[in-house]
Amino acid sequence: MSYIRKPKFHHPDLKTNDLGLTRRDYEGTLTTLCGGCGHDSISAAIVQAAADMSLSPHRVAKISGIGCSSKIPSYFLSKSHGFNSVHGRMPSVATGANIANKDLHYVGISGDGDSASIGLGQFCHIVRRRINMLYIVANNGTYGLTKGQLSATADVGSKTKSGEESLYDNIDMATLAIELGASFVARSFSGDKKQLVPLIQAGLSHKGFAFIDVVSPCVTFNNTNFSSHGYKNTWENYISLSQVDFVPMKEEITTSYDPGQDKSITLHDGSVIHLHKAGNDYDPTNKENALQHINKHKKEGEIATGLLYINQSTSDLHELQATVDKPFNLLSNHDLCPGNESLIDINNSFR
Amino acid sequence: MKDLVSANKINTIPKINDFIVKFANVNGSGSASANNMFAKSIFRMGIPVSPHNIFPSNIQGLPTWYEVRVSEKGYLGRREGVDLMVAMNEQTIKSDIDSVLPGGFVLHDSSKPLSDELIRGDVHFLPIPLKDIVLKEFDKPSQRQLFKNIVYVGALSAFLDIDFEVLTKMISDQFRGKEKLISPNIHSLELGYQYASDNFKCPLPIKLKPSNKNENKILINGNTAIGVGCVYGGATVASWYPLTPSTSVVDAFDKYCKRLRIESGSGKNKFSIVQAEDEIAAIGMVIGASWNGARAFTATSGPGISLMQEFLGLAYFSEVPAVLFNIQRAGPSTGMPTRTQQGDLLSCAYASHGDTKHILLFPSNPKECFDFAADSFDIAERLQTPVIVLSDLELGMNEQISEPLEWDDNRRYDRGKVLNEEQLKSIERYGRYQDSDGDGIPYRTYPGTHPNKGSYFTRGSSHDANAAYTEDGDIYAEGMDRIALKFKTAIKYLPEPDISNIKKHKLGMIYLGTTTSAIQEVLDSLTKKGISLDTMRLRAFPFHLDVKEFIENHELLYVIEQNRDAQLKSLLKIECNALEEKMHSIRSYNGVLITAQKIETEILDSLKTSEKNKGISA
Ligand SMILES: Cc1ncc(C[n+]2csc(CCOP(=O)(O)OP(=O)(O)O)c2C)c(N)n1
Ligand code: SF4
Ligand SMILES: [Mg+2]
Repeated sequence: MSYIRKPKFHHPDLKTNDLGLTRRDYEGTLTTLCGGCGHDSISAAIVQAAADMSLSPHRVAKISGIGCSSKIPSYFLSKSHGFNSVHGRMPSVATGANIANKDLHYVGISGDGDSASIGLGQFCHIVRRRINMLYIVANNGTYGLTKGQLSATADVGSKTKSGEESLYDNIDMATLAIELGASFVARSFSGDKKQLVPLIQAGLSHKGFAFIDVVSPCVTFNNTNFSSHGYKNTWENYISLSQVDFVPMKEEITTSYDPGQDKSITLHDGSVIHLHKAGNDYDPTNKENALQHINKHKKEGEIATGLLYINQSTSDLHELQATVDKPFNLLSNHDLCPGNESLIDINNSFR
Repeated sequence: MKDLVSANKINTIPKINDFIVKFANVNGSGSASANNMFAKSIFRMGIPVSPHNIFPSNIQGLPTWYEVRVSEKGYLGRREGVDLMVAMNEQTIKSDIDSVLPGGFVLHDSSKPLSDELIRGDVHFLPIPLKDIVLKEFDKPSQRQLFKNIVYVGALSAFLDIDFEVLTKMISDQFRGKEKLISPNIHSLELGYQYASDNFKCPLPIKLKPSNKNENKILINGNTAIGVGCVYGGATVASWYPLTPSTSVVDAFDKYCKRLRIESGSGKNKFSIVQAEDEIAAIGMVIGASWNGARAFTATSGPGISLMQEFLGLAYFSEVPAVLFNIQRAGPSTGMPTRTQQGDLLSCAYASHGDTKHILLFPSNPKECFDFAADSFDIAERLQTPVIVLSDLELGMNEQISEPLEWDDNRRYDRGKVLNEEQLKSIERYGRYQDSDGDGIPYRTYPGTHPNKGSYFTRGSSHDANAAYTEDGDIYAEGMDRIALKFKTAIKYLPEPDISNIKKHKLGMIYLGTTTSAIQEVLDSLTKKGISLDTMRLRAFPFHLDVKEFIENHELLYVIEQNRDAQLKSLLKIECNALEEKMHSIRSYNGVLITAQKIETEILDSLKTSEKNKGISA
């Protein structure tokens, strides 16, 4: 129990979920981030998402790199194992962990510096390897922890609090993920819990590599009126391409949906997502169409959010490599060691 | 039929089972398998043999050598001087011929006459029109190229008296399933054999005689033995980035997993191999997998170790097991990528920033490569820290005569201190870094074990005994001290040094890894000169207490190693307070294996000096 307990009075809402757990059981330690930091809203969204979908906390492993954003795993799911690794290398640690035990849920948390700069190579390769996990980038367009240098995701012309202006073209993590073969790609905003929570739930239920680029303002260093990742710009230019409702597996579908406007997708674990298309021809199952839309909005200075792309027919690394059903970390001596008999044959082949 | 020796009036000392044959080839010409066949046939005749590849970092066209030492006495290290040169490379032929010992032999392709400047009066030439022979016999240029090599092996079998049956059997073994290839290969052998016996008096004064020294032994390279060892040691995850000379470790793991690790019934794999995007990712995956309870390893060489530094510090401080095989090559930077060295001793012992230290294992033969590979997983999990197995190109990529690989079927993996669900239920409070047993080794849990007990946060930043973040300097220092204690405990889990005759003599030799191949030869030769030494072969770091004792018990110690800066000597000074005055460093760092002659000469020279100075005698 390596966390500080929060005082009880923080929790008026003690509703229990299917596992008999309350929201409290999904929380982490007290945050040490700046008041108003977008990252804290992401922790809160994960807590809500996991609690509402009755995820077993101990069946989740949280892995991050280094940065303010990479501290997020401390602030949710204290009953899960966590691994705060090194800067930019969360993808490799998550890959190894996933290979060792395919039966857990993996939540990777990273920042824009962590994933779009030092870790860009690892980010690209984890997407390619189709690791079955939810990967969230808490994207504030700056290096919060090292006090406000510009990051590679900041738009050209974006300015930090110190007045530093971004001169170079930015990297859009969401389109990059789509290009590289991610099978679930979304973008959201830490300020829009209503949109973010169901996306997190859908990402956790999705089988394959699920990526969410969450604009998450850094109030201390990059929240000016001229900053592409500040609250002002995000609220003003934020458009939702498809609003998602998430219905966990086993739950009865009670709301009625307009068949003309809506699309339902059943995920591998039996959960269902309903997409409300905002009166457009956006089709998140069509890669080219998705990329076209996102880029069109980008040109207009808009931030395209929602579920941007989903493809349920890809295989994850374990399927591609045809690994055994039993998690590797449960394989015994007997499962793994061929015994001396086989070694005699091997010896003979070297005589 | 020409009796070269009497015709040439060159004095050639007959040598039976004690000579060196060197092949000078162009890389990419298909000579490797022919040369291997030559060495293996000697092995099968029961005669100790050690082939050494000397090859360029290139795919086609550059010079490559294959040096085969035959030694009835079992001296398997390198020796300078060549008794028979198979000179197949026009680029290097001058220096190749020059390197032959007086009275030695040069086998060359006489399809084109040798130019006058190459002729030496003190060696015998064995001209064979190899090109003409294959031109007549084979149609395709590719066949001509390949079979030319087999023809010279056939000629050598006549010259050196290799059992022809052994060769033909080897061809049948090698091409089992590809029967079409058997007859042209055997035919080529016969062509060479026939030409040699028709034109020269065979065998030569240097020749082979069947022996019985290899009973039960195997001929295998260290990297293959490591790959097999990882299968036996229970590794399920391998992540790596291609880098000579380590690549064949993963190739071997892959090969034997495909044979031995397929689930019966489902046909699915009980292993996963990921070719990572770089070495940083490779070690990251190993750490992630090990943290989550799988046995994982990576194989690399110096440049890869350099890239892994940050992660090694993380694994050390957050106490995650990891297994690394460093097949050392000559550095720094790209150095001589296809040449051997023991140059990463210090960079591995203290890899990463801050106060770090790592477990090192030093195999010196293929059997130990296998054993240490399997053991390294037990050690890493028992001690919850990285283990680096330091092999080198010499051991990794050359076939060596070895004791057969063995596995005790009663052995069970030591998974270390890992709490399962039941154990977690029974304890009140779990603290990841609590030293409950006083040996510095805390208890781990795997993710997903228990619904509300045993979870913890792994981090590279300072943490308390419960794994909670802290910046309290005293708590940090306590944690560092406990890890230091863990490294004291470590010693009892590590292979002890191999020590001969402690205290018997005043002089001692300390060495590890492939340097070992020269030692017996040095000892035998010095004994003849009335000089005796004790020896200590190191097998692991941190050092056992015996190491310090050995140093204290000897007046003068020769520390023999293959790097410029005497890294082993430094390590002994740092870790065992060894006195500089007592330590005489003998080093070789030219990219090839150290020779017994070099060691002996330096010891003799130093004794002369120290006798003058101090009066030490053996
Ligand atoms: C190898 C290495 N280089 C530099 C750093 C310093 N560093 C820590 S966090 C960080 C940037 C974090 O930015 P981001 O990932 O965007 O996270 P944020 O703090 O903005 O949430 C840097 C450069 C480090 N920890 N490790
Ligand atoms: S510096 Fe920025 S990113 Fe870091 S905690 Fe503060 S507001 Fe958040
Ligand atoms: Mg950032």
